[in-house]
Amino acid sequence: MTSRVDITLTVNGERVTRSVEARRHLIDFLRLDLGLTGSHAGCEHGVCGACTVRVDGEIVRGCLVLAASLDGAEVTTIEGLSDSGEMADLQDAFIARNAAQCGFCTPGMVMAAADIVQHHPHATRAEIREHLSGNYCRCTGYQAIVDAVEATLEARGGAAR
Amino acid sequence: MNDMPTPASIGLSREDLPNSYIGRSVPRPNLPKLVQGRATYTDDVQPPRLVHAAFLRSPYAHARILSVDSAAAMQVPGVVRVFTGADLAKVCDPWVATLDHLKGMKSAQQHPLPLDRATWQGEPVVAVVADSRAAAEDGVAALAVEWEPLPAQLDIETALDPDTVVIHPSLGDNLCFTRTAEKGDVAAAFAAAHRVVEATFLTGRHTGVTLEGRSILADYNKAEGTLTVHHSTQAPHMMQGVFAKQLRMEEGAVRVICRDVGGSFGIKVHVYPDEVAVAAMAKAMGRPVKFVADRFESFVSDIHARDHRIKGRIAVDAEGKILAFDIDDRTGIGPYSVYPRTSAIEGNQVVNLCGGPYDFANYRCTTTVVFQNKTPTCQYRAVGHPIATTVTEGLVDLAAEALGIDPIEMRRRNLIRDDAYPYTSPPGMRFEGLSHHAALAKLLEMVPVEKIRADQAEQRKKGVHRGLGFASFIELTNPSPFMYGIGGARISAQDGATVRMDPDGSIVALSGVTEQGQGTEGILRQIVAHGVGVPLERVKVITGDTQTTPYGGGTWACRGAGIGGEAALQSAIALKQQILVVAGAMLQAAPESLDIVLGQIVDKDTERERMPLSELGRIVYYRGDTLPKDLPRELVQTRHFITKDYPFAFTNGIQASWVEVDTDTGMVKLLEHWCVEDCGRVINPLLVDEQVRGGIVQGLGGALYEHCVYDEQGNLLTTTMADYLVPMSAEMPEMHIGHVETPTGESLLGAKGAGEAGTAGAPAALMNAINDALRPLSARVTEQPFTPARILRALGTV
Repeated sequence: MTSRVDITLTVNGERVTRSVEARRHLIDFLRLDLGLTGSHAGCEHGVCGACTVRVDGEIVRGCLVLAASLDGAEVTTIEGLSDSGEMADLQDAFIARNAAQCGFCTPGMVMAAADIVQHHPHATRAEIREHLSGNYCRCTGYQAIVDAVEATLEARGGAAR
Repeated sequence: MNDMPTPASIGLSREDLPNSYIGRSVPRPNLPKLVQGRATYTDDVQPPRLVHAAFLRSPYAHARILSVDSAAAMQVPGVVRVFTGADLAKVCDPWVATLDHLKGMKSAQQHPLPLDRATWQGEPVVAVVADSRAAAEDGVAALAVEWEPLPAQLDIETALDPDTVVIHPSLGDNLCFTRTAEKGDVAAAFAAAHRVVEATFLTGRHTGVTLEGRSILADYNKAEGTLTVHHSTQAPHMMQGVFAKQLRMEEGAVRVICRDVGGSFGIKVHVYPDEVAVAAMAKAMGRPVKFVADRFESFVSDIHARDHRIKGRIAVDAEGKILAFDIDDRTGIGPYSVYPRTSAIEGNQVVNLCGGPYDFANYRCTTTVVFQNKTPTCQYRAVGHPIATTVTEGLVDLAAEALGIDPIEMRRRNLIRDDAYPYTSPPGMRFEGLSHHAALAKLLEMVPVEKIRADQAEQRKKGVHRGLGFASFIELTNPSPFMYGIGGARISAQDGATVRMDPDGSIVALSGVTEQGQGTEGILRQIVAHGVGVPLERVKVITGDTQTTPYGGGTWACRGAGIGGEAALQSAIALKQQILVVAGAMLQAAPESLDIVLGQIVDKDTERERMPLSELGRIVYYRGDTLPKDLPRELVQTRHFITKDYPFAFTNGIQASWVEVDTDTGMVKLLEHWCVEDCGRVINPLLVDEQVRGGIVQGLGGALYEHCVYDEQGNLLTTTMADYLVPMSAEMPEMHIGHVETPTGESLLGAKGAGEAGTAGAPAALMNAINDALRPLSARVTEQPFTPARILRALGTV
């Protein structure tokens, strides 16, 4: 239970070297070892999406990935995404439409929404809903979130409609 | 508080209010940090010397604890200490959750960890404290507990039978509370009725599933004798009192801080034994102890709700006029009533709210609240409302069907007239002013009923079954002490706000109501900016700290805007008046001739700018020597507000649901949803609309998917989010929200609550829509959740 693995990876553009317990999940590695508390543990079994982060360009569940498997990986969290400004328009759209209430799901939701903006610029409302259906939000009716993503796609010139 | 301004006394009419930040869709100040991951939830707080707690939870619904052996657990690396019920009883007193005004109510003494018996599967029994949560869980796995399983009492129908296991022998039976409200002559009304229709409804036991689990970090400073608790809670002042009382401390020695809270919905307004245990362990150890409920723990230990079976009858005359309701409600609440709000309130609300939107004379409703060996239940968003609305609107639709009357026409004939207020309902609820008919009219502007009915008929020909359902509802908001205080609970119905101006002319507002995502801080900022006369950006709102904010109840039962908002408005106006007194002295002008507009002192008549607030602040704070000696110059004002004329500010609304039922699979597809609600003054439409949508989704979730399922031994089977289904974006419909505004006259602001309206009406509207779809097939569902299996059973397919 205490066997450790040495890893070196890039997190939000910075090189990080740590010795981690073999059982350490990525979400705990980010929160507890690196102090990146923007990502949240919501269910710890891969359903709620609160721990969604980007690993090597794809969004993953931080609670289903072992940190020990990430030697050489490139990880981007909500902190890195925010600092880079690459999704500032998406985040502004969330703010303008009150697409977050308690905010606990929001970092994961923004990471999943950013994936739509990045990879599915022509997504319809139904496709946006489908793509976000792995991210649980208890507060909003999801509608403001879908509106925010749709508005971002439209402003970027990609939306289907 | 008798000297509080009225609209007239400060030269304002109600019509002036919308010409300000009040009523405007401005973004919330909290959002940038939320979208950038820079919020601070309780689990994000990491003080030095922090240790973590994990709990061994009962694997049985009912069992005697014969022994606890912690020797192996203490050998686990990182484990610091193990606490049993007996250990904590030395430092923490037990509690009993009853309210004096609920006549005859009883419950048993509850300790943070039980002394000799576990009474539900998932009850915390032993705590392990370690240097990490993982180590604490390793320690729990190494505990050896010897159990003697006991027969469990699970069924609410047999709870009071003579041969049933009595969970707490000292109480004599499993009855927690019963109440009957009766008005008119119910028997005669039913005897004389043209038609009587009856049905039995189930509202499935479900739970809140806040995405952030319950979280607490308690730190006892032995040097100061103070307990500081970072807590994900809705009611910091209430919890301050609870921790002080149970741990035998002075209230002043306890500070509760609540930073960002990841959802609440009523889940986080109760006293949980594991959380009190954490505070007790922090006191015993003299260091910070943290506990965050994981998802499994949330399912077995967060309060559940709505475990009701309701038999209802309605009597109508030949024209469809409602003559009487006769309702029998039974609910199971787990082994203990939950402290301090109690678990009898939900049933009591059902008695208070059934038939609520309608004008009728004869009423009988009984609730019977029983103990059982399942997770305790208590107040969850829209307490009792979805149950009462389901029964009422289900029966109204059945009566309309029996008489061949259109459901809209049936409601039009029976809803309380908009000019009938003030009005007292048969169970004694007093309505100051509701707008059922205006809300119905507004809804019919939004819902294309004719087009939908045509589509419905067209689809039927193709074997596609669609349905349209309606549900009118009332909602209880702005509670006075009649909710809890009169029953002896130390729960404040009053709330306060302190508003001050700092030297740079910026405004800081401290409020006793709290923020869990509703937008409390956002609307308080709008109200204070309006009240003082400054740009929004100049106002900073602080909530969630018992050491700095005025005493108050927090945010629950839809009171944040109506109570906390009014306190903020009154203190902002008082500050403005004080500022103008100082400005008058500085400018040699009568204070009444001046005003504050966007942070500038101006001449009231001409709006000519005289001086920025920053200049006034500079003089007051740094050059007070230049002001007249006797000039009052306190640029800080505090006001408290409590409602006095009505026990509750009722709101109302109506919802419509448009669905498609797949009769082969039993699946329900939500096509579209509408809600018109009247929360009085709308402070920020953007916030209210999405809050109502979120409430609707929560109501739809409980009606379609969410269910705490137990096996025959009392084991909870739905303990992951793969088993307990919650609504996700793909299944949810587009929702259209409309408003009617009937401000309450109890406050200058005129705001009532809005947070529970969506949840109150959605399940009933959905049920009526499903049954509208199934009607030609002679099928009907009344048991929530409306799962595919239940729909197929109703269709006779399985």
